[in-house]
Amino acid sequence: MIGIVGYGGYIPRFRIKVEEIASVWNADAKAIKSGLNIEEKSVPSMDEDTATIAVEAALNALKMAEIDPKEIGAIYVGSESHPYAVKPTATIVGEAIGCGAEFTAADTEFACKAGTAGIQMVMGLIEGGYIKFGLAIGSDTAQSKPGDALEYTASAGGAAFILGKNNVIGEIEGTFSFSSDTPDFWRRDGIEYPSHGGRFTGIPAYFKHVVSATQGLMKKLGLKSSDFDHVVFHMPNGKFPINAAKMLGFDLEKLKAGFVVSKIGNTYSASSLLGLAAILDVAKPGQRILITSYGSGAGSDAFSIKVTDLVEEKRKKTKKIQDYIDDKEYVTYAHYTRLRRGI
Amino acid sequence: MGHESSVPLFWRLIKPRYQLIGTKCTSCGNVFYPPKFLCPVCRKEGKLEEIKLRKTGKILTFSIIRSAPAGFEKETPYPVAIIELDDGPKLTSQIVDYKEEDLKIGRRVEACFRRIYTDGKEGIINYGLKFRPA
Ligand SMILES: [Zn+2]
Repeated sequence: MIGIVGYGGYIPRFRIKVEEIASVWNADAKAIKSGLNIEEKSVPSMDEDTATIAVEAALNALKMAEIDPKEIGAIYVGSESHPYAVKPTATIVGEAIGCGAEFTAADTEFACKAGTAGIQMVMGLIEGGYIKFGLAIGSDTAQSKPGDALEYTASAGGAAFILGKNNVIGEIEGTFSFSSDTPDFWRRDGIEYPSHGGRFTGIPAYFKHVVSATQGLMKKLGLKSSDFDHVVFHMPNGKFPINAAKMLGFDLEKLKAGFVVSKIGNTYSASSLLGLAAILDVAKPGQRILITSYGSGAGSDAFSIKVTDLVEEKRKKTKKIQDYIDDKEYVTYAHYTRLRRGI
Repeated sequence: MGHESSVPLFWRLIKPRYQLIGTKCTSCGNVFYPPKFLCPVCRKEGKLEEIKLRKTGKILTFSIIRSAPAGFEKETPYPVAIIELDDGPKLTSQIVDYKEEDLKIGRRVEACFRRIYTDGKEGIINYGLKFRPA
């Protein structure tokens, strides 16, 4: 069965606290913190972007997979902040991790679910017998308009998954998607910052898609909420995934292992994938994981993953997500403004 | 357009720069980075082959750049170090993700993938390796 041969994450070291951002805009930090259930978010360094973050995550995944990178037949990088408008991020990753030249590559875009879309594409290529291993990455350095509500959450991070058929640490039991044309969040070409539909992002957008994809997956696989040991939903803030879990009847304890949002913010394309990586860092063999992504505009991809015995040995080879969360340095808003401009 | 002239050079250096690939002389065993294609010791007797260097080493010496060359002004002040790789070669690199106490001779460092410089708003983004405390 197709599964995860290796995975890895990366989170930039800088953090900014909600209080620090709120003080600049004379906003009520306490209300924002409890409203969003967020304490701080990651901030990329001046010389970091979606490509550099994707490379670091991919190198970590490769360390765990212990395969020859030249055996990777496909690379997909999902992001809403690719460094070039025209020129793929995926080939930069391929060159940096030593994949040679005999692989197919493309960048995917679908707001925050571009990474999970890449996983599905890799699954198809492996199942069809076209490639042996494939690499799917979700990576972002999310931008937000200064003073906008998104400024408290839009952050940076990446997660990479190498899929294959042998020596897997988690078998992918199935996937199910739910998509519709819902204008909850967008950015027109050439415009610096995204726009969003405010409250409209909740019920008809995030919840409808996350719940429908998850229910569809469970129906397809004949599983119920109690069959899962860990669950992770896309984390645009610290509230939405909790409400989604309640709507779907999941015990909230099951969210805990993958709930990275309070400490790093919304890493967009990496959000649910970093949550999955954090779960795989602690999951026990035999446990079942549910991951459902969400991308504005709108769609969700849900996956069921059964953890194998190999997880305990293989995950020792790579830095854990918690290590990245703990390794941090706080910046002031002035420093943050300087970092955001990049080089 | 100024940025076009540097594109071929940039492209030739991608592989050694992204992956830390050097060359090793098969007769004397010397390792070179950036890659050399003629061994200065063995001359024509030596045969050089590509080698993927380990991305770890230590700081030999460093200095803080306060007045930077064009393209690097936004980053000042930043440390630049001469690093001795565990495989032998020495190279000069920016140190990133450091705390003040990390800037000392002998500090272990590892390579990470970063933007080196960008050619204005329209040119190529030059990526490559920098070093961070290990
Ligand atoms: Zn020689």
